[in-house]
Amino acid sequence: MADKLTMVQAIQQAMKVKLQEDDRVILMGEDIGVNGGVFRATDGLLAEFGEQRVIDTPLAESGIIGTAVGMALNGLIPVVEIQFLGFIYPGFEQVVSHVSRIRMRTQGRYHAPMVIRTPYGAGIRGPELHSESVESIFVHIPGVKVVVPSTPYDAKGLLISAIEDPDPVIFLEPTKMYRAEKQEVPEGKYTVPLGQARMVREGEDVTVLAWGTMVPVALQAARKMEQERGWSADVIDLRTLYPFDRETIRQSVEKTGRVVIVHEAHRTGGVGAELISFINDEALFYLKAPIARITGYDVPVPQFSLEDAYMPDVDRVSRGIVDTMQY
Amino acid sequence: MEKLFPIEQVLSPEGELKKEIDSVISGEKAVAMYKWMVINRIFDRKSVTLQRQGRIGTYAPFEGQEAAQVGSALALQENDWLFPTYRDHAAMMTYGQSMTQVLLYWKGRIEGCVPPEDKHILPPYVPIATQIPHAAGAAWASRMKGEDAAALVYFGDGATSEGDFHEGLNFASVYDAPVVFFCQNNGYAISVPVTKQMKSKTIAQKALAYDIEGVRVDGNDVFAVYMATREALERARKGEGPTLIEAVTYRYGAHTTADDPRKYREQEKEEKLRREKYDPVDRLKRYLVAQGVWDDQKEAALIKEAEEKVQKAVQEMETFRPASVADMFEHIFAEKTWNIEQQQREAVSMEEKPEERELA
Ligand SMILES: Cc1ncc(C[n+]2csc(CCOP(=O)(O)OP(=O)(O)O)c2C)c(N)n1
Repeated sequence: MADKLTMVQAIQQAMKVKLQEDDRVILMGEDIGVNGGVFRATDGLLAEFGEQRVIDTPLAESGIIGTAVGMALNGLIPVVEIQFLGFIYPGFEQVVSHVSRIRMRTQGRYHAPMVIRTPYGAGIRGPELHSESVESIFVHIPGVKVVVPSTPYDAKGLLISAIEDPDPVIFLEPTKMYRAEKQEVPEGKYTVPLGQARMVREGEDVTVLAWGTMVPVALQAARKMEQERGWSADVIDLRTLYPFDRETIRQSVEKTGRVVIVHEAHRTGGVGAELISFINDEALFYLKAPIARITGYDVPVPQFSLEDAYMPDVDRVSRGIVDTMQY
Repeated sequence: MEKLFPIEQVLSPEGELKKEIDSVISGEKAVAMYKWMVINRIFDRKSVTLQRQGRIGTYAPFEGQEAAQVGSALALQENDWLFPTYRDHAAMMTYGQSMTQVLLYWKGRIEGCVPPEDKHILPPYVPIATQIPHAAGAAWASRMKGEDAAALVYFGDGATSEGDFHEGLNFASVYDAPVVFFCQNNGYAISVPVTKQMKSKTIAQKALAYDIEGVRVDGNDVFAVYMATREALERARKGEGPTLIEAVTYRYGAHTTADDPRKYREQEKEEKLRREKYDPVDRLKRYLVAQGVWDDQKEAALIKEAEEKVQKAVQEMETFRPASVADMFEHIFAEKTWNIEQQQREAVSMEEKPEERELA
């Protein structure tokens, strides 16, 4: 049986599957219980699993992530919700100094398997500081994995994998995609492995790399370019940003020799730069043109009156493809 | 703890005075308080409507908390500092921020963050509790510079769970910074009731840990709020250190227009009860009417004046020059870095020559 679900419903399903299957799994966060989360990602779970397992915490991100570390050390598997990525910073210390390092510091004696779920990104006319896309900060931290789904099906399968992963995972949920589409999502358990990209569309001429909210944008631009110019593109949804799927990227670049990277995050120090470096190392001599980066700008994500101008759109990505193809 | 920190009241819900106020609150002042509360309430209701009509974005209403915000803001002096959250526009406007600016903020415009030239009013703080150490620092600096300014910082009950709350109070306490920590305990942090937020029976008692003054007032009693804040600011200016004020109040509506309070409380019932029994605006009105300084005619004139003011602000917000892409790149640094220069040109060219977009 497969129901048509939105991404946020699929995410709720993933947590439900793991709560049912594994006693060690608990959920913690602000407004996740009675309220079911501000985006309703945990809707109904308190009623089904009770206050011991679905916990409305005080308003304190360091407290949430810090106690989650203690719980994980002591055998539980916390799945933590941070209300928005822009509010993770009080808990950042815990992520950088402890979540990511306890395995190394105790040489494997302890580890802190947990998932930190958080909505991220612009595009929903949110208030100030509700639209950040700072995945590269987490990609930069040794010891945590970083996952970004872009479809309901992937969201469920990836979240289940993340909860089962022996290492801590930062799970970034694109707010704009929460209710953007419905997709058939199988009931019950299935997984989508971490570290594997998804080939969204196959082509010959150019490789477009994207994740999260930028996947449908990349896809539309690729379709448009095919219609208007006859160029076909590999559109790759990275899904896991750390560790990313090097084989899929390498093979595609070897085939097309042209690459456009699309991300919503600021340009400087973004994951795009890391991908360019990787391609430089692994496939430099296959390149027929410099790699293009279509990104958010190096400015704080503006308030919503300008968010459309900040975010890469189909026109900007198309222009990147044109530049790369006509180099 | 409730005994150590009783809820102080000056004006009963029936509008009767429980304490002498003449030396502190003149009849004129009381009327001014009332006017501000009414204007703010009309502004708040209009803003909720504007959001529903899609004319502004998500909005955080404060209805029910007017006495707490107006009473405290009116206790400030000219050169003081005000650190608000996203719910404290009543305090901001009372102290001097324009309605138009507040509306622009909620319309997603950065211009809405800018305070008037002659006032220290910071933009609304969105990350919870982060303003608390700022206020301690600004106040501490005033003291270092030998100035007589103080700082007033707003936050909610939920904010007291964050580390920044405790760090801010401790710093202010260690350095006798002239700051007043003003907590509006409105019962909820989004869906989480205070009883789940903390085991402490009061918020004021948290002052004990830092050896500073802690005061608990009826936050729907504008006189009590005003007097407590005024006293606290006076103490602060005299170098007697910070105060934590807990103003016990209630938000009538949703946390923001994106929230549905029926998910977590008996919204209709609770709201009705509070409005009927404890409304801060009605309470003051009862008093003013009994004093013979207020009547229906004055009320009608005030409402008309307030509606016109709000209408004018709405019009100014809606005819404000449209947001321009180039603006996004301004004021990031004192001088633009090359990256920002380059990206600004890129963004503007995308905007200006749409027909050339694909053919660049
Ligand atoms: C650091 C941080 N965490 C979470 C949030 C999301 N959030 C916004 S308002 C709010 C509740 C705040 O409650 P309270 O401090 O009581 O103030 P109130 O909204 O009731 O005025 C939460 C959790 C945030 N803005 N910042």
